[in-house]
Amino acid sequence: MDGVFDILLSASFWAAAIRIATPLMFGVLGALICERSGVLNLGIEGIFTAGALAGWLAVYLGAPLWTGVAVAALTGAAFGLIHALLTVPLGLSQHVTGIGVTLLATSASYYIYRLALPNVATPPRIEPFQPVSLPSLSDLPFLGPILQQQTPLTYLALALFLLAAFVLTRTPLGLAVRAAGENPAAVEAQGLDVHAIRIGAVVAGSALMALGGAFLTMSAFNAFFFEMTGGRGWICIALTVFASWRPGKALLGALLFGAFDAFQLRLQTQVGGAVPSQVFLMLPYLLSIAALCVIARRADYPKALMIPYFKGQR
Amino acid sequence: MIRFETRPRPTALVSAAAPLGAVAAALLLATIPLAAAGAPIARAFALMAAGAAGSTFALTETLTRATPLILTGLAAAIAFRARLYNVGGEGQLYAGALAAVAVGSGAVDAPPALLVPLVLLAAALAGAALMLGPTLLKVRLGVDEVVTTLLLNFVVLLFVQMMLEGPFKDPMGGGWPQSEPILDAGMLPPLVERMRLHAGFLLGIAACIVLHVLVARTVAGLKIRAVGDNLTAARYAGMSVTGVMVGVGLLSGALAGLAGASEVAGLKGYLTADLSRGFGYAGIVVAMIAGLQPLWVLPAAIFVAGVFVGADTMSRTLNVSNYIADLIVAFSLLSVLVSSLFVRFRIRWS
Repeated sequence: MDGVFDILLSASFWAAAIRIATPLMFGVLGALICERSGVLNLGIEGIFTAGALAGWLAVYLGAPLWTGVAVAALTGAAFGLIHALLTVPLGLSQHVTGIGVTLLATSASYYIYRLALPNVATPPRIEPFQPVSLPSLSDLPFLGPILQQQTPLTYLALALFLLAAFVLTRTPLGLAVRAAGENPAAVEAQGLDVHAIRIGAVVAGSALMALGGAFLTMSAFNAFFFEMTGGRGWICIALTVFASWRPGKALLGALLFGAFDAFQLRLQTQVGGAVPSQVFLMLPYLLSIAALCVIARRADYPKALMIPYFKGQR
Repeated sequence: MIRFETRPRPTALVSAAAPLGAVAAALLLATIPLAAAGAPIARAFALMAAGAAGSTFALTETLTRATPLILTGLAAAIAFRARLYNVGGEGQLYAGALAAVAVGSGAVDAPPALLVPLVLLAAALAGAALMLGPTLLKVRLGVDEVVTTLLLNFVVLLFVQMMLEGPFKDPMGGGWPQSEPILDAGMLPPLVERMRLHAGFLLGIAACIVLHVLVARTVAGLKIRAVGDNLTAARYAGMSVTGVMVGVGLLSGALAGLAGASEVAGLKGYLTADLSRGFGYAGIVVAMIAGLQPLWVLPAAIFVAGVFVGADTMSRTLNVSNYIADLIVAFSLLSVLVSSLFVRFRIRWS
């Protein structure tokens, strides 16, 4: 048992937890914004892949890192727009369209990767984001060494969480987004355009999802691999439900998940060969399912989630 | 301003033309990535067609590839009909394949004549069992089945890898993580001499017919359609929605499990962790192209299989990535969705 406490008290463990949580923070925030407006976006897994490729490829072709981040966000926004146009004004099944967007974004990414790099045996590398130490934060006891190991994208994720939480709960724009997901007819009665709000939310949310993918290729690793997203998108969808669509809980959920994943990775090295590695690799997926079951009875779904809205309907 | 007017009754012509138009649109969209790769468009499509159906070999290869897609396509079609979004076909396929090798590789002492039915039964049961959890979670707790079935796909694949490195590992496999081979008596017989096409294809056709009759001509089918069309009305009519959902979930999982058995017992002979090239996910596309109609699943599966087999030939000749096939399939799914609007609505601009 001492081993367990040693893990939980080490700064490197918490640094790893935050690193693993960062792509989920982007993803869960993106999914949350889409769903608060009433649109389930199952394109997330493919948008993760597209963001991972787009950001990495831009940098590989010579763009600065932050330009790569912008390219990733725009790519995500573009796929988000496809999802939004099909599900909002056309009212098509959000489940099936989302799966379609995931298939499209994933296969387009793989195709473009092969097109850009026809004959590579090992994935080429870029110079990724490096950890930054902010002068005042790095001096904090315990927290300092943890934060010192994080890259700028992690700070961006945290800043975007604060911003999104503020916009969603404290501004008229946020109110409109939330109302579009709860009672779209009331939004229309206010003279606002439900479709425009929902499309905007899905596009913005998808851009955030793509940043989660970009973190993988531009910060966590330095290259693009096939199937590198490994279901992180689906996990974000589960975390959104777990968080009851609240930004604060979503951040907490992503961090808890990161801590759990970092913990199982360390446990894996301690237990050694006694337990097959696959048992540990399954845990994140099983944990996500368990989280859904625990929260299911109390889940406070946005009332109009997955219900298309047409003008003049009540 | 676009207006949708509901068609009181979609005409047969529109219903048939919509998926064909969607497929044409998908092929048209595919010219963009082909052009980006600098491939000659007409020659690329000609090579694809020849690769998919230009010879007996090409045709049997396409039908061989269509076999698992028919079964995973039916699995998605029947479930989506009841609005049970089972997207776990990939995992259920692997569960079925694992059960098939467990029973078929000599561990079970059965008379040779019974081995094939036992292999198929085991696979169907394994696929159904895997779908039981997500279905019950949906009807009892309201947990979204899309997320649970998707997450289970990863769990099952890891479980299969674990089994192939552990108890299922073939000691004669030269160290590779692969299962022991299925006994000859447990294998599905080939259909065409010197070709890979096997009896699994006939199983797929039979399943299409059985499901068509089930959906269109039986009380159970009526209930499935009722639950899918209007849950509240079905409940008011005194139907057990839970019962229908669980039945559909088990049936859907069983069909995807059979796809796994068909692949190991018809084609590969043993199980590896790369048995399926996304057949579970492609089944969703097949079901949507087929408009969730069991009989239409057959041509839809053959089309999608033809795209994959044809694209392989084309990509080798023209040096274009064979991910073009995945792109065409994704385009097909999205354009089929849009085309479904033309079936349900007249679209007016005013």
